[in-house]
Amino acid sequence: MTPQPTADPTPPPDSDPTPDSDSDPGTAIDSDPGTAIETVFRMESPRLIAGVARIVRDVGIAEELAQDALVAALEQWPRDGVPDNPGAWLMATAKRRAIDLVRRRERYARKLAEVGRDLEAAGPYLDQPSDPDDIDDDLLRLVFTACHPVLSAEARIALTLRLLGGLTTPEIARAFLAPEATIAQRIVRAKRTLAAKAVAFEVPDGPDREARLDSVLEVIYLIFNEGYAATAGDDLLRPALCEDALRLARVLAQLMPKEPEVHGLVALLELQASRAATRTGPAGEPVLLKDQDRRRWNRLLIARGFTALGRATATGAPGPYALQAAIAACHVQAYTYEETDWSRIATLYALLATRSPSPVVELNRAVAVSMADGPAPALEIVDRLAAEPALRDYHLLPSVRGDLLRRLGRTEEARAQFVRAAGLARNERERALLLTRAEEGD
Amino acid sequence: MPRYLSMVRIDEKTAPAEGPSPELMQRMGDLLEEITKAGVMLDTAGLTPTAQGKRVRWEGGELSVTDGPFTETKEVVGGYALMQCKDMAEAVEWAKRFLKVHEEHWTVTCEVREIMEG
Repeated sequence: MTPQPTADPTPPPDSDPTPDSDSDPGTAIDSDPGTAIETVFRMESPRLIAGVARIVRDVGIAEELAQDALVAALEQWPRDGVPDNPGAWLMATAKRRAIDLVRRRERYARKLAEVGRDLEAAGPYLDQPSDPDDIDDDLLRLVFTACHPVLSAEARIALTLRLLGGLTTPEIARAFLAPEATIAQRIVRAKRTLAAKAVAFEVPDGPDREARLDSVLEVIYLIFNEGYAATAGDDLLRPALCEDALRLARVLAQLMPKEPEVHGLVALLELQASRAATRTGPAGEPVLLKDQDRRRWNRLLIARGFTALGRATATGAPGPYALQAAIAACHVQAYTYEETDWSRIATLYALLATRSPSPVVELNRAVAVSMADGPAPALEIVDRLAAEPALRDYHLLPSVRGDLLRRLGRTEEARAQFVRAAGLARNERERALLLTRAEEGD
Repeated sequence: MPRYLSMVRIDEKTAPAEGPSPELMQRMGDLLEEITKAGVMLDTAGLTPTAQGKRVRWEGGELSVTDGPFTETKEVVGGYALMQCKDMAEAVEWAKRFLKVHEEHWTVTCEVREIMEG
């Protein structure tokens, strides 16, 4: 392997020649090959695991073999220099180990024949990058395997972050405010379950495909929401989870460019993320949409959200994610809260309610209707929801109801609703806000 | 996950007059596909030569406008990439890959700076 040019120890001519200077930024990173190797490994690990899993058909073993390749790099690169194409080097090393492993095990004799044919067809690996299309296919298989419904939602989330997001177990534990041992065990069990249930390393075809894609999208959305719902100071690390989910969604959109709902999810996440910085105040308190400083919404993410939404709607009727993204788009398009196109939002919620009916969607529709057409028609919708068991302990139902009643001049009834909402709220700040509202408006 | 701006500085005097070679464009295209597929690239573009640029300056309460080219600078910004990466090390690794697709006769510098958030 040839050392890469940037590893050349000769200092650049204009650098500070004093020997005790330790602040030369030009060589600081390269002087520590360990950091460079770990960075390359973290960037390449999803593709490594995916490529190896296709050979060994087991994500747990694939992850171990990828780690073995890292150990080999840590031994060889500081001595021989970082190879020109470090990703291909790691992939070749990991695959060679995978093939060795398969060969060593006689009971894999039949698979060996298949693998052998693959290998001959693929030609020599070394010093030659793998076919990008193959890598894409392998990565997709890894996504669909990690999000397999045979696993619990929690296990799918942890495994996806670990194998595809490149997060370490401690990082995942911190993000979910869970003990490290719990997350470690969840990941180990998930890998064992996949092996025990002989889950195929594949992207399903036909009708299975849509159902499984739903699971994949849901996992990414759950990861995003886990970060987005965080507002308190203790949860400062969780916004990073939003970014991880967004990155996963962007990767998925590149892998499955023809799936409109994948673009719908990307659009939704980009648009939600564009408002993230304004959702909390200086003390970490939540800031309502109507009070947010719209000038601080991230224009680049908004533009990216609109592009993704365009891709999602270009190929037919929008699905649930694209519809939610379209609603988010209405908000970011308005220069002020008052200028929001509430009747369009109400229409979009009505469409969403047909596509994926849920009492929470109905409640949101009621809010939009109240803004577009006034409190009376909205109250009709909310009253129909009162019997909904799923909303029995949901504090936002009485909160919305209280708001509508107050706007209709039914002050005493409104107060009772706000008090009830405060009793149901789990968050202290929200409870305080609702109790204040109960006292207002007399 | 922080965002990084990679300002691509080139020496306009030594940059090939005929522009990048087709091979370079091909390698660059492949790399851009790779970095986009990794979910990292938010936005990137090359800039037209400084001969077509202007500098608008505020100094001592006075505005001045200078036409390009800006010959007093050895290296000028010739393009940029806005990336979202785990950390600076990853941003630097992508910058290295970007530089390595160039032929030896190019002199290119990527100045990678983290964007202040919030």
